[in-house]
Amino acid sequence: MSLTETSARRAPVARLALPPWARFLLGRLGQALLVMALVVIGNFVIMQMAPGDLVTVIAGGADMTQEQMADLRARFGLDLPLLVQFWNYVAQLLTFDLGYSYRMNAPVWEVLSARLPTTAALVVLSLLFSVTIGTVMGVVSARRAGTLTDMGINAVALVLYAAPSFVVAMLLVLVFSVKLGWFPIAGLTTVSAGYTGWALVKDMAAHLVMPVTALCTFYVAIYARLARSTMLEVMDQDYVRTARAKGLSETRVIYVHTLRNALLPIVTMAGLQVSTVLGGAVVVETVFGLPGMARTAYDAVFQRDTTMLLGVMFVSSLAIVIVNLAVDLLYTVLDPRVSLK
Amino acid sequence: MSPLKPNRRQILAGLAASVAIPALPQLARAQGSATLTVATGPVPVYLNAALSTGGGEAAVSGKMMDGLLTYGEGMSPEPQLAESWEVSEDGLTVTFKLRPGVMWHDGEPFTSEDVRFSVMEVLKVFHGRGRATFANVTEIETPDELTAVFKLTKPAPAMMSALNAQESPMLPAHVYVGTDIQQNPANLSPIGTGPYKFVSYAPGETLVMERNPDYWDEGKPLIDQLIFRYISDGSTRAAMLETGEADLVGSSQLPTIEILRFQSLDGFEVNGAGYEHTPSIHLCDFNLRRPQWQDKRVRQALNFAIDNKWVAENVWFGLASPGTGPLHVQQKAFYTTEGVPNYDIDLEKAEALLDEAGYPRGEDGWRFSMVIDAVQYGEEPPRAAEYMREQFREIGINAEARVNDFAAYVKRVYTDHDFDLTSYTASAGADPAIGVQRFYWSKNIKDGVPFSNGSGYASDEADALLEAAAVETDLEKRKQLYADFQAVAMEDVPVIQLVYDAKKTITSTNVKDYVQGALSFFGNFADVHKDA
Repeated sequence: MSLTETSARRAPVARLALPPWARFLLGRLGQALLVMALVVIGNFVIMQMAPGDLVTVIAGGADMTQEQMADLRARFGLDLPLLVQFWNYVAQLLTFDLGYSYRMNAPVWEVLSARLPTTAALVVLSLLFSVTIGTVMGVVSARRAGTLTDMGINAVALVLYAAPSFVVAMLLVLVFSVKLGWFPIAGLTTVSAGYTGWALVKDMAAHLVMPVTALCTFYVAIYARLARSTMLEVMDQDYVRTARAKGLSETRVIYVHTLRNALLPIVTMAGLQVSTVLGGAVVVETVFGLPGMARTAYDAVFQRDTTMLLGVMFVSSLAIVIVNLAVDLLYTVLDPRVSLK
Repeated sequence: MSPLKPNRRQILAGLAASVAIPALPQLARAQGSATLTVATGPVPVYLNAALSTGGGEAAVSGKMMDGLLTYGEGMSPEPQLAESWEVSEDGLTVTFKLRPGVMWHDGEPFTSEDVRFSVMEVLKVFHGRGRATFANVTEIETPDELTAVFKLTKPAPAMMSALNAQESPMLPAHVYVGTDIQQNPANLSPIGTGPYKFVSYAPGETLVMERNPDYWDEGKPLIDQLIFRYISDGSTRAAMLETGEADLVGSSQLPTIEILRFQSLDGFEVNGAGYEHTPSIHLCDFNLRRPQWQDKRVRQALNFAIDNKWVAENVWFGLASPGTGPLHVQQKAFYTTEGVPNYDIDLEKAEALLDEAGYPRGEDGWRFSMVIDAVQYGEEPPRAAEYMREQFREIGINAEARVNDFAAYVKRVYTDHDFDLTSYTASAGADPAIGVQRFYWSKNIKDGVPFSNGSGYASDEADALLEAAAVETDLEKRKQLYADFQAVAMEDVPVIQLVYDAKKTITSTNVKDYVQGALSFFGNFADVHKDA
């Protein structure tokens, strides 16, 4: 598309003389809305394709007659034509209502808002730890390329990369809870203790150590490998050589000139991690009995709790779209060559 | 088993049991037993088993709500909210004398109106099995606050096995009358008369209950705080038990391999007592809508190809016993093997029957092909399906095994009837009229209803025996009717009984007295206590 065409079509916006960053943001928001619309349609269609519904699952554990099942279907609106069900769902979403989960007997948003913080804490903490630890490992590895330290770090990264998170989770439980008794296994708090304030924070932290570790390991390996290879690549660039020639200290060369540029692929990866880590969180939250959103999704699948599952998918898609937007913005901060258009 | 005996009026007074509160548990309480934590599975929809017969509801409801009766060993009825009861000679009137001085958790008195309301307006309407249990009850008279008179059109001996808190809990009429019963907030914050009071519930996470200080059974319960934690993963429940984060796991809600491990682990106890009220069977339905399964010789042949003892020992690792007929071995009053055709493994006989039925081996060695559909409900049904596949291949049937998730399974079998043979787990009920009859009764061939008569079996002979047994009040005659039914069912084999489940409660050894007669995990936990 030529420049003139673009500006002609965007004339109203141009007349408002929006600064480039605002135009960029508006454009991306439009894209995000489109993505969310596709997600909503896609989710709904996929849900409907699975055989069996909520009522068959409820009735399966609770002897029911045909009439009782029909009553339930009518109550849940499952007997309505698909298009009507879809329209009702969209209409609900437009009023920011995620619906009512008849399996949990609670509004979806009530359940999710209670569980979102757990998953968010899990994702943010694992992101933080894996990026930090992984990058440090990678930088050290790159600076000592070819030495024993480098080989040692690579070996560790390989093992972490290869171990599936559920295996790591089970091993952690076995060693640190069952054998050593250091950490509690299940849940976010010690229910019977009724802690408040600082004690509660400490209790929660103790409950989160193992889940966060289990969720981190794979990504630590990824970041370590990524940081090592990009550091080595960037160290060969002309501007690094220039910096060295200027007589800058090695530390300054590494951390200001090299690392800053090497961070770009790491930021990209971190953006991706947010979306993929939810998959890992399903396993981790299930194994550790955490009251999180990912485990809610897992339970909802088996119980055909469509409203709940759609709610989880909507909320997590929204989170991912927002994170992607943030990553794009972060790019421009880190690398002036990337401009807002 | 049945308290109904004709030709004489019988009064069963249970005062003695309620008076004799042993002093020992009081002592244990003094030693301190603050919190009991249960790690458990399926999340309940309601916290009230009157509205749903799901396993999640059954596990918690009886702790907060009482029933009219409870059941001792051998399913003998014992007083709970009813102190005594009396059955008329014709079996058409049952009079319950209620315990005086019982209070709901909100301080209102418990009366006969609560009984009438609970049975007539809730259990008969919303409870899956309640419709059948109380089908013959047309009216409940309440001549005074402590008398409830059930009026029946036909005798209902099975009803007397279904009046406990887990199956037929009593609800407070004053809380429910005039509301949408299924939407009443009390369904998620129950007000009962039971030993534990509701404190809080985080949906799908944690249910907290506390000791009811005004419980009618003075001095009980012995636990101050009772916590149910919902944990999806069986291995996590096991680990919690091992570290002391949980004290008790009931109803075999651990992977089988973990139960075996706890059996040999110091400091833990694996106990099979107290599941008489909830026996379950692992069964296989033939789809009688397909031509090859209509010949009973073919069905018998497949039964001859399965070694139930092997299955019990190797698939269920001995935590189940081999199946011999439609009734569960724990339904002691009626279970029999006498005169019931048996199918001890005999591959030659199986092959002979298939030849006779007109399914000789073809040139490729196969007689015909089939698929075994197993439900993914625990590890065992899929393993059992794999075993059967190999056995059927031995006798020339090209069998495949397929595993379905629960919702897909229910749709395939009960809505689409798209199966040859299935493998699943189902309750045999506290009484055969409640749990077993549904699989064989032709009037229970119902499209889309899970665990109805999925095979599509229709036999006038079986129907007649089942219908007669359901209303027979003479225990001996009833036993004979069920014996005859078992013989017919095993001659026709529309359903293969693989094994009888033997459920276990796994606790740390300091947890005591959770078994109450015929109930343990599903009992009210009023006697349970923890040694310091």
